[in-house]
Amino acid sequence: MEYPNLSYIHSMSGEDKIFEQKLIDIIKEEFPEEKKNYLDNITAKNYKLTAENVHKLKHKISILGLEKSYEIAVAFENNLLEDNTTLQNEFESILTIITNYLHKL
Amino acid sequence: MNCIIIDDEATARVIINQLCSNETSLHVLEEFPNAIQAIKYLNQNEVDLIFLDIHMPDFTGFDFIETLKNPSKIILTTSDANFAIQAFEYDCIVDYLVKPITKERFKKAIQKANSKLIKQESISPSGNIESTSGNDLYVNIDRRLIKIDIPSIYLIEAKGDYIHVKTDHKNYTVHSTLKKIEDKLPDHSFLKVHRSFIINIKKIIDIEDNSVLIKKDVIPVSRSNRPELMKRLNLL
Repeated sequence: MEYPNLSYIHSMSGEDKIFEQKLIDIIKEEFPEEKKNYLDNITAKNYKLTAENVHKLKHKISILGLEKSYEIAVAFENNLLEDNTTLQNEFESILTIITNYLHKL
Repeated sequence: MNCIIIDDEATARVIINQLCSNETSLHVLEEFPNAIQAIKYLNQNEVDLIFLDIHMPDFTGFDFIETLKNPSKIILTTSDANFAIQAFEYDCIVDYLVKPITKERFKKAIQKANSKLIKQESISPSGNIESTSGNDLYVNIDRRLIKIDIPSIYLIEAKGDYIHVKTDHKNYTVHSTLKKIEDKLPDHSFLKVHRSFIINIKKIIDIEDNSVLIKKDVIPVSRSNRPELMKRLNLL
């Protein structure tokens, strides 16, 4: 199991703490909304829209250094485009891990 | 270079803005969460470079590019590497950055954009339509004003930041826009039949459905321009 980290954000900031906090605040603001959109669409079986949601969430997954999770998200997005929900559980576990991590920041 | 950022994700906009702040050659004028707002801005403002997300709801990055008459240089930013081949079909796209964007990769993209800008300026410093005098049109190519005989022009095609002017004798590539040359040509002979093409209607060989044949070139006629073309013809 891999866990989120701030390596990418640190590499972007050049030790600019104001920028780091700004970026974290925006991720904390955007992520719950994107997660909700994902859950709404997958519950309604709108798989094409769900794929769009996963696509957007992928960026946050990569920013938080979750490399293996990113690969899962890429595969899940492709599955959804074919109306296939394989990897749903794995993807939602990643969302839970990120949710918990963001709460601690 | 003056630039704008178009991305529906605020996180992405903040990161690109931060990367731009590290580059002294870049000045971010505006950020937009969707392409429609950016189009409105570009109707009134000129920019050198656009950072453009492909995946946006309703109006994708490629839809956006299609709306631009004279596109600025564009660096695509996306979480999807699968569009790279499609991206490079557009002359205006200088690079393709896959998110998450690293500092090193971003720097490389800016170098590419800068070198393309310098190259274009050296090809044609002011590179534009200078003047017309009677039947002549002077264009600036490689610091020389070259005379083109207007009646000999049969086709003008927009290609990114350039226009290709085809005449009976020779073809010319000029750093200019279709709009600028359209203003210099006589209305009775020339007509814009598509957003990328102006034709000399006296040189038409035949018309079939939504295209015209001029010399050996088959040129598309857009639905909105077809009525005006038909009006100009001496129909039996």
